[in-house]
Amino acid sequence: MADVIKKATRESYGEALAELSSEYPDLIVLDADLAAATKTGIFKKACPERFFDCGIAEANMMGIAAGIASTGKKVFASSFAMFAAGRAFEIVRNSIGYPHLNVKIGATHAGISVGEDGATHQCNEDIALMRTIPGMTIINPADDVEAKAAVKAALDFEGPVYMRFGRLAVPVFNDKETYKFELGKGVQLRDGNDVTIVATGLMVNEALMAADTLAAEGINARVINIHTIKPLDKDIICKAAKETGVIVTAEEHSIIGGLGSAVAETVTECCPVPVVKVGVNDVFGHSGPAVELLKEFGLSAENIVTKVKEAVKLK
Amino acid sequence: MDQTLKKQLEITACKVRMGIIEGVYNAKSGHPGGSLSIADLLTYLYFHKMYVDPKNPKMADRDRFVLSKGHTAPALYSVLAQRGFFEADELKTLRKIGSRLQGHPDMKYIPGVDMSTGSLGQGISAACGMALSGKITADGYKVYAVLGDGEIEEGQVWEAAMFASHNKLDNLVAIVDNNGLQIDGKITEVCSPMPITDKFEAFGWHVITVNGHDFDELEKAFDEAEKISGQPVAIVQKSVKGKGISFMENQVGWHGTAPNAEQYEQAMSELKAQLEKLEG
Repeated sequence: MADVIKKATRESYGEALAELSSEYPDLIVLDADLAAATKTGIFKKACPERFFDCGIAEANMMGIAAGIASTGKKVFASSFAMFAAGRAFEIVRNSIGYPHLNVKIGATHAGISVGEDGATHQCNEDIALMRTIPGMTIINPADDVEAKAAVKAALDFEGPVYMRFGRLAVPVFNDKETYKFELGKGVQLRDGNDVTIVATGLMVNEALMAADTLAAEGINARVINIHTIKPLDKDIICKAAKETGVIVTAEEHSIIGGLGSAVAETVTECCPVPVVKVGVNDVFGHSGPAVELLKEFGLSAENIVTKVKEAVKLK
Repeated sequence: MDQTLKKQLEITACKVRMGIIEGVYNAKSGHPGGSLSIADLLTYLYFHKMYVDPKNPKMADRDRFVLSKGHTAPALYSVLAQRGFFEADELKTLRKIGSRLQGHPDMKYIPGVDMSTGSLGQGISAACGMALSGKITADGYKVYAVLGDGEIEEGQVWEAAMFASHNKLDNLVAIVDNNGLQIDGKITEVCSPMPITDKFEAFGWHVITVNGHDFDELEKAFDEAEKISGQPVAIVQKSVKGKGISFMENQVGWHGTAPNAEQYEQAMSELKAQLEKLEG
């Protein structure tokens, strides 16, 4: 593992938009004065005539995207998750969600790994907010390979999609040559029958590391990557609940309303088993280096191992 | 304006007003005041100005209309029915379970509705998006958006205003329905958005003021708007809330109240009298 390549999924997002620009000649990209950070600047460089900066006005940007989509063009609207899902929530609900318009929202800098900017910019609530909008698809890719494939899948999908990308460079663990993205399908990365770890985003790699540690201690953990949080792959979740009897979820998001909640809501209906959640525990973040913050807030392989050991006792 | 055309538009506007009252009365709720203040404007747009086809409501090169002040949906539904997008009888289903005619416009199901609106301040942004899209691919259509004078208290309107002038959206015309009243009272007393014309001018728009109940003036205003290039146009129309029904005119109480049976009869008889006079 010495030569692990690391890359931020926001980079993958910007690169994917640029790479797909000729294949999708009607693709329009919007940003709200953060093109350098969200990496839509890469698209802007490739296709300046199809890039529009809306300035620091996220609410209006979402409405602009809705209007463009209503005329049949494909459109990505980009900002930090805090502003795309948070500030512009009601516009996303009423101008994009309610008319079910074909708008893709590219939300970067999600979660606590924003780092030094601190709590005002660390959005741990976006998945919860977006999940409540009827018909909204939510994708939270785990690495570069998945992120790029997800951008293309979103473009080929008709309807509103919220895509979540990170600022921090994270290990690339998927194989570019063999990887296939299937919208709405969970990916089982490890088999195991003692416990299931259901993870999303940058926590997927942590879950894999946790599974290694647990295996060495005799606990065989199944690992499932959920890149599409909505609609959730209920089959893979319910199967895991039945076969392993306990689930630990892991996400860089509040434990309220995110993946953990979605999984718990699902298993209560098909196979009620204990669901233990690893995530941000109903607190605001604060400034600091991203890697240290992830450790401090328990978003680590170590904490997953601890929680799994507690969880298996609940069986 | 040609006098025969003018008379015809006045007759149609009267029928549009009847449809508004019919809808709101049957719904036992809704917003008659601000619907009546834009009845003449919408009649002018749908019967004289805009390129639309009731038989092909999704026609790609049609002009677009966005009712940013979405609560005045009864006016939009009534004019769409008059124009033939659906049967006028359907107006009686307004706000009822199973009806396409939702309390606020729903583009998914109602033929002729180009954008779902209702949450104030949002329609104008979508209209900007439509106009921008038209510019990108050099489509010839125009986009018309109607805002309330109270609505422009929403900050998003000014984000959109900045965007429209920055991107030189001269295929966009926003009409501000300046009837002077909002739910809590006079706009000048609630949280004044005045002066409206100066604000739009400061945001880089070409501004025209007009009497919203005079078809000659409306014609002149829209003809002027047509000639403007390189900037968006705002038409601030002076109007009367509740226009056309004596006891509703300039009464803030009729912002969001439906008439009872007695008031309905009176309103309809006043409109019938106006119609007879026009057709006489």
